[in-house]
Amino acid sequence: MALQLSQTEVDGLIVIQPDGEIDLYSSPNLRKAILVAVQSARSEVRVDLSRVGYMDSSGVATLVEGLQGCGKNQKTFSLLQPSPAVMKVLQLARLDSVFEIREA
Amino acid sequence: MNETTENIIEVRDLVVRYGNRAVLDGVSFDVRRGEVFVILGGSGCGKSTLLRNLAGLMRPHSGTIRINGEDFTAMSDSRRIEVSKRLGMCFQGSALFNSLSIGDNVALPLREHTRLEESTIEIMTKIKLELVGLGGFQDYLPSALSGGMKKRAGLARAMAMDPEIILYDEPSAGLDPIVAAGLDQLIRKMQSTFNLTSVVVTHEMESVKLIADRVCMLKAGRVVGLGSLDDLHASDHPFVQQFFDRRPDEESGDESAYLKSLTGAP
Repeated sequence: MALQLSQTEVDGLIVIQPDGEIDLYSSPNLRKAILVAVQSARSEVRVDLSRVGYMDSSGVATLVEGLQGCGKNQKTFSLLQPSPAVMKVLQLARLDSVFEIREA
Repeated sequence: MNETTENIIEVRDLVVRYGNRAVLDGVSFDVRRGEVFVILGGSGCGKSTLLRNLAGLMRPHSGTIRINGEDFTAMSDSRRIEVSKRLGMCFQGSALFNSLSIGDNVALPLREHTRLEESTIEIMTKIKLELVGLGGFQDYLPSALSGGMKKRAGLARAMAMDPEIILYDEPSAGLDPIVAAGLDQLIRKMQSTFNLTSVVVTHEMESVKLIADRVCMLKAGRVVGLGSLDDLHASDHPFVQQFFDRRPDEESGDESAYLKSLTGAP
């Protein structure tokens, strides 16, 4: 399933919502969106992972890059409502406690 | 254990010959998506040859291998390369490039076959090395690692492209029991996390008990048992019973045939 990306911005917070599968072929698009958001957001970048049915390690690496980028720019990076499939991958990579994960 | 019944690999009437000798002689079986499928058998029964055919490293003499419904044995080279990107192969001897660091070995398929940025590839490489217990070893050359560490690095490389299927040739051989148990656990974790399909050639019965959803037993290039480990234990096939009972072959009593084999006399 192809990856669709949508984005909203409210009060300096940018929320990126990928919808579909994040894999070797689609993750570069997500990376681009996250890195642009890291530069343009005033305070926080949030990635809503509730509609992601599959994420591979390129997706995990992309999220790590977002976290790094926000850290360098004194901004907050968080994940919103990761789907069970995404959560399992984050746990396997032992990164579930590295990211700030929001349930709402 | 996995309950899906969709076949990801279908092997039919596979025949592979080395010279006049049929190493695989009409092998047929299915591998279900998301299962750990173990290939068992004595030395020289064709297990590794079968795995090399599944990996597309050899072409059979006859028969078919379908992967995700596509005939892997009859497709064009360019299509086979595309399909192969969804397969990871963990070689018995690791098959690492000695002149490249461990990190570069793992990153190589990603650099060759994807358009990912180098920064993404570096993080992915470190994640894969962490998963196999080699975090922090990315700058080491293979010559600086033990046999077991090389084997784990080979597995990290097999996982590099996040394949749908990983083929393992004797993954636990030569590993200490703790590392071998960790590897079994990793195979299971990847199955539950990614619904990854694993085809494992092994002799390690302790490992088979822990990881196998289904087992295929080969003897002299033919399937003599197929099913769960319990199914095989209940089999009345003499070789299957001999294998599980760990009984040696009985000595042949034909002295004249033995003498003939030594002297070549008619």
